[in-house]
Amino acid sequence: MFAPRPDRTGRGARRQAAPAARVEVFVDDVALRVPEGASAAAAVLLAGAALIRETPASGAPRLPYCLMGICFDCLAEIDGVANRQACLVQVVPGMRIATQRGARVAFAG
Amino acid sequence: MRSEPFDAIVVGGGLVGAAIAWGLQRQGLATVLLDEGDTAFRASRGNFGLVWVQSKGLGAPWYQRWTRASAAEWPALAAELGARTGEDLGLRQPGGVHLCLSDREMADREARMARMRQEAGNQPYEYRMIAAPELRQMLPGLGPEVVGASWTPYDGHANPLRLLHALHTAFAGAGGTYVPEARVGEGQAAPRDFAVTAGGRRFAAPRIVLAAGLGNADLAPRFGLSAPVRPQRGQVLVTERAAEVLPMPTTTIRQTQEGSLMLGDSMEEVGFDIRQTPDVMRQIAGRAVRCFPWIGRLAIVRAWSALRVMAPDGLPVYDESARFPGAFTANCHSGVTLAGAHARLLAPMIAAGRLDPMLDRFTAGRFDVRAAS
Repeated sequence: MFAPRPDRTGRGARRQAAPAARVEVFVDDVALRVPEGASAAAAVLLAGAALIRETPASGAPRLPYCLMGICFDCLAEIDGVANRQACLVQVVPGMRIATQRGARVAFAG
Repeated sequence: MRSEPFDAIVVGGGLVGAAIAWGLQRQGLATVLLDEGDTAFRASRGNFGLVWVQSKGLGAPWYQRWTRASAAEWPALAAELGARTGEDLGLRQPGGVHLCLSDREMADREARMARMRQEAGNQPYEYRMIAAPELRQMLPGLGPEVVGASWTPYDGHANPLRLLHALHTAFAGAGGTYVPEARVGEGQAAPRDFAVTAGGRRFAAPRIVLAAGLGNADLAPRFGLSAPVRPQRGQVLVTERAAEVLPMPTTTIRQTQEGSLMLGDSMEEVGFDIRQTPDVMRQIAGRAVRCFPWIGRLAIVRAWSALRVMAPDGLPVYDESARFPGAFTANCHSGVTLAGAHARLLAPMIAAGRLDPMLDRFTAGRFDVRAAS
């Protein structure tokens, strides 16, 4: 479930210190570069977004919270698929992360 | 140890026990509800949540009547619990369908429904067999394999966890005494004079109701009763939440008031084994996707199994002890559907000290070979 983050310090690992690779993604159409291996939820937080979803029940704004797949507050529309748990999705180049407003539509006649 | 006196002792804090305890307390009986604790199997935490009529009681019209009576009591139960606890039980009774995936299933279902109507006797039993073209107007995104469905107006669903919580809250609010971590140890029985120890305390009352689910099998003989119940495993899958799309529940698929799709349900004879198995989960998901292909695009976010409380013939068991009048058992696998009857029909009978003749056929005596021969 947990992939190691790229080691940027080289401390202890006797690896060469190298700048982390950067991946370009879009959070609500705003481009930003995030470390390779980061989660979509991390990208949302790095982007400084005010919200990533509005709850179906009350419309309250939410941002990633538990970052471990439990709280569902990071639900977002990722590459056109609604209700994805952004903290469980790793970024890929060009990924589009968009605010999820209300409930996912499971079937639209 | 000094006994704490009550008007009634109810053993079992699940849906059956809590509904009866609430019903007794509501009748003005000082009632103590003994709940074993989280070591119990807790069927009431694993319910699917149907308030379901159309499949119940084939060949046993007394069970059909009891189930329909309970579904009819449900609106009043939900309204009263809502008013007393502020809990929205999510009760919806828009009718329900049983989907058929082949002509054979449809023919079998039609025969079953016709027989159910016949067995209903003088009571109307409204149902329709609905073929696919019309069914597609009623339910969105039906799969191509669905050939039709049976429909009755009596079916519905509710949130089983909120029901359990509301029953406990209403019971306590009405002055009932709830005792957790109270597995029944010693018990003494005499006609209309019972005492049990549980959780380090001793309780006495002229009435005792055994509603301990699978625990009743061991408990009942100590009070001159019999409850030959066995576990039957059911597995459930739950999807992510989605906007409301299903206008009514089906036998195995329902959308909760919060938007989750619940997918059931297996019937497995595996003893006291509450594990989940990939093959059964696959079957459940597979049938759901054949019914509604769009369900396949939803993520499964939770799954669990629970053990039904099943009598040899699959029907409930209600009894009063002949040897120790005042001792009752209540056993069933439909704690949600029958909650209306348990709280509002059965509890008053127990309070009055006599089961109504409408429950005669539910006696465990039906499993007695001598009685049957």
